[in-house]
Amino acid sequence: MTRPDSPTNFGRLDRRSALRWFTAAAAGAGAALPLRLSSQEEGLTEGILEPPPSQPTGSLADPNLLDPTVPWERILSETELQTAAALSDVILPNDGGSPAASEVHVPDFLDEWVSAPFPVQLADREIIRGGLAWINTEAYRRFEALFAELSPEQQSAICDDIAHAPAAAPEFRFAAEFFNRFRELAATGYYTSTAGWQDLGYSGNIPLPRFDGPPQEVLRHLGLAGD
Amino acid sequence: MASGNRGIGISKNRCQAALLRPVETATAANPPGSSGRGRSPVISLAAASPRAKVAFAPTRRPQPSDSSMAFLTNRKTQPEYDVIVVGSGAAGGISAYVLAMAGMKVLMLEAGRNYDPQSETPMFQTPEQAPLRDAPTPQKPFGFYDATVDGGWTVPGEPYTSAPGTDFMWWRTRMLGGRTNHWGRISLRMGPYDFQPRERDGLGLDWPITYNDLSPYYDRTERLIGVYGSNEGLENTPDSPPGVLQPPPAPRAYELLVQKHCRPLGIPVIPSRLAILTQLLDADSLSQQLHPGNPNARFLADHMRTRAACFYATDCGRGCSIRANFQSTTVLIPPALATGNLDVLTDAMVREVAIDRSGKATGVHYIDKTTRRDCRARARVVVLAASGCESARILLNSRSALFPDGLANSSGNVGRYLMDTVGAKVIGQIPALENVPPHNEDGASAMHMYMPWWLYGEQLAGRLDFPRGYHIEFHGGRRMPKAGIFDGLAALTGGSYGQRFKEDCRRYYGSFVTFSGRGEMIPNDNCYCEIDPDRVDQWGIPVLRFHWKWDSHELNQARHMHGAFAAIIEAMGGKTVSPVHAGDGARAIYRPGEIIHEVGTTCMGADSASSVLNSFCQAWEVPNLFVTDGGPFVSNADKNPTLSIMALAWRSCDYLTERLKQGDL
Repeated sequence: MTRPDSPTNFGRLDRRSALRWFTAAAAGAGAALPLRLSSQEEGLTEGILEPPPSQPTGSLADPNLLDPTVPWERILSETELQTAAALSDVILPNDGGSPAASEVHVPDFLDEWVSAPFPVQLADREIIRGGLAWINTEAYRRFEALFAELSPEQQSAICDDIAHAPAAAPEFRFAAEFFNRFRELAATGYYTSTAGWQDLGYSGNIPLPRFDGPPQEVLRHLGLAGD
Repeated sequence: MASGNRGIGISKNRCQAALLRPVETATAANPPGSSGRGRSPVISLAAASPRAKVAFAPTRRPQPSDSSMAFLTNRKTQPEYDVIVVGSGAAGGISAYVLAMAGMKVLMLEAGRNYDPQSETPMFQTPEQAPLRDAPTPQKPFGFYDATVDGGWTVPGEPYTSAPGTDFMWWRTRMLGGRTNHWGRISLRMGPYDFQPRERDGLGLDWPITYNDLSPYYDRTERLIGVYGSNEGLENTPDSPPGVLQPPPAPRAYELLVQKHCRPLGIPVIPSRLAILTQLLDADSLSQQLHPGNPNARFLADHMRTRAACFYATDCGRGCSIRANFQSTTVLIPPALATGNLDVLTDAMVREVAIDRSGKATGVHYIDKTTRRDCRARARVVVLAASGCESARILLNSRSALFPDGLANSSGNVGRYLMDTVGAKVIGQIPALENVPPHNEDGASAMHMYMPWWLYGEQLAGRLDFPRGYHIEFHGGRRMPKAGIFDGLAALTGGSYGQRFKEDCRRYYGSFVTFSGRGEMIPNDNCYCEIDPDRVDQWGIPVLRFHWKWDSHELNQARHMHGAFAAIIEAMGGKTVSPVHAGDGARAIYRPGEIIHEVGTTCMGADSASSVLNSFCQAWEVPNLFVTDGGPFVSNADKNPTLSIMALAWRSCDYLTERLKQGDL
């Protein structure tokens, strides 16, 4: 949430929007002339001959909701992406019932997230990039290989030290903070995917003819059957 | 409605859309699985919306006049209108609708762009298809899909300022239909106590009207827009006449569980009231009831037939392309346009009310944003419906030799008595809700149940340290997983990862309930807006500066909310997973403006010395000037204001029409 007074930066029009803007302005100016003549008494009355389009300008504050685009470049390097893939798969592995994080493009989502030019994401960028570098350094220090190249046991050995911030040793305090935020973001990427929805058993976002409330087995689970 | 917060397992919930006729459902679904990979949403996006539209189109096709892709008339503005309405949201929409139906020639001016819910609403689009998975950004604070254009807490090029120590937040949008496109749809009537609060406890101000003056207009508004709910006969929680309300949807699992555990606490949990259709409107009957003997009633009937009922999917905050919920753009503006009595100009930012030498309003000055030119429109009557703060801004900027302190401001009260709603929330994790068998709990997107204020008696007896009530809105369940869904989960899992983390996510998903209080604020001298002498917006219009200080009435109430919510969570066998400030209201309360219920600023009253408007929202000093938005509010009951804004505006516009027909204006 922004503070009301904080400077914002919506202003830069992309080319497409700019063209539309100028076209609209030109149409408006052309239309104004006869109207001004017809209402000289006021000298100010003005109107339009065609309704303006009901379509987004494409700015960040008025994006096309039906054809979304991500207007910023990805910044993570190949190594960072590989490390992110390895770590997100340690956190969200393929367990037979549902795919691993990298199988549902979580690393690409993380790249999109940390590349975004907004305050929350800029803060995360620092944490995530620093953390990805740290975990490779740590992997080298302990096992002389990149994190992505370690065996599952070696990866766990590092993760166990940083998986729970309140229990982390002082020298792992930053790493634990990184791990926690990385896990949250990976979970966002994973559980907003179709596979993630299925793994949680989310079955909505489809139109229904009626809403009947919970089925009997749910009421029984909650001890509400017969209430 | 409150802003969304990143929280554990909880996404902000807003209301929801529409139903449908039983036969048509299955094929229309765009199942969540169908929408494909990460980032090329184009195909499924393009497909989803039209399919939904086709499948749920009501039997009778929309009439040409109201299917209205472009909401604008493609005529030039007329030399003079009967009435200019400034704004197109709840207040502007209902004002223009009532006046156009009554045969007035109306020009509506909207500061934002044209907007068409039918072609622009992202129905069924998934977070996966949106940048950052639909997470909030400074430009889209309620998420990518939120139906807010060029708005939020900031509007590009249109700043506002705050006095030192004030952290007021002002939500605006720049689109046809204004904030009704995304609003919470919560439609609670104010009760008898709420109009005469000072009489009851000696604080604040009394309205110059009573509940009985407004109740017929509540009836009409509910019939017109469609509100689901029930009549419970509870204190200061008015019933509607039989047949007015739509049936409420069945409660969800967590709502039933909350109801069960609130019973021993003496807290009533009843069907909520939301402006969402759960069945088709009886167009012929309703249009005749609302406009007996008026040939224009057919335009309403035709339009009502284009509205589908809720199909219990997609978030109301995105707007609703099947017109199941209330938006000015889907419910009010189309039939008003169909009468032929309404012109709409978008991208027209009103800066000042024009007056003649006698002090009568003659129209408005506005900036045509597409040409950046100053323009003028003329009318016999001006209705400001731009939102409480924006209308006050227009009045304060309408300075002249006759009105050196701004128009209609000889009382000095324009901008004063600004109020918002007291907000506070606590999130609970409820073990009983873990591992609930999967089922579709989307429902009507917003709450099916809520708790009205239940301690009137305690308050009257002086046993509480705050004088006014609040209601509780609560959200939870197995809702659409969104960005931030498991933020904070480590506190419960001990930092699990791997297979165990996935098991934890499945276990905890749907086990959180958020309780949000919405309470009455009493107007005070420290909360107001004024013109900032040092700043103009990009259109050259002087901007507002806000001043704010909560009173102990509000802080104590927020404290009480936290205590009550923690008690409910405990009674459910759960634990709180967000901070509880039951001893510190200043930390419990939301920021001023954050609930987006800003009202006051042009208060109505019994006399011109102490108020800006009379009991019909007519300016004391300028008889052909009315304000019909939240500005006239004298108190801000815990009941969300939109329904009352519309009822009050309808009443004012009936009066306006009568006066105009009699030549009194």
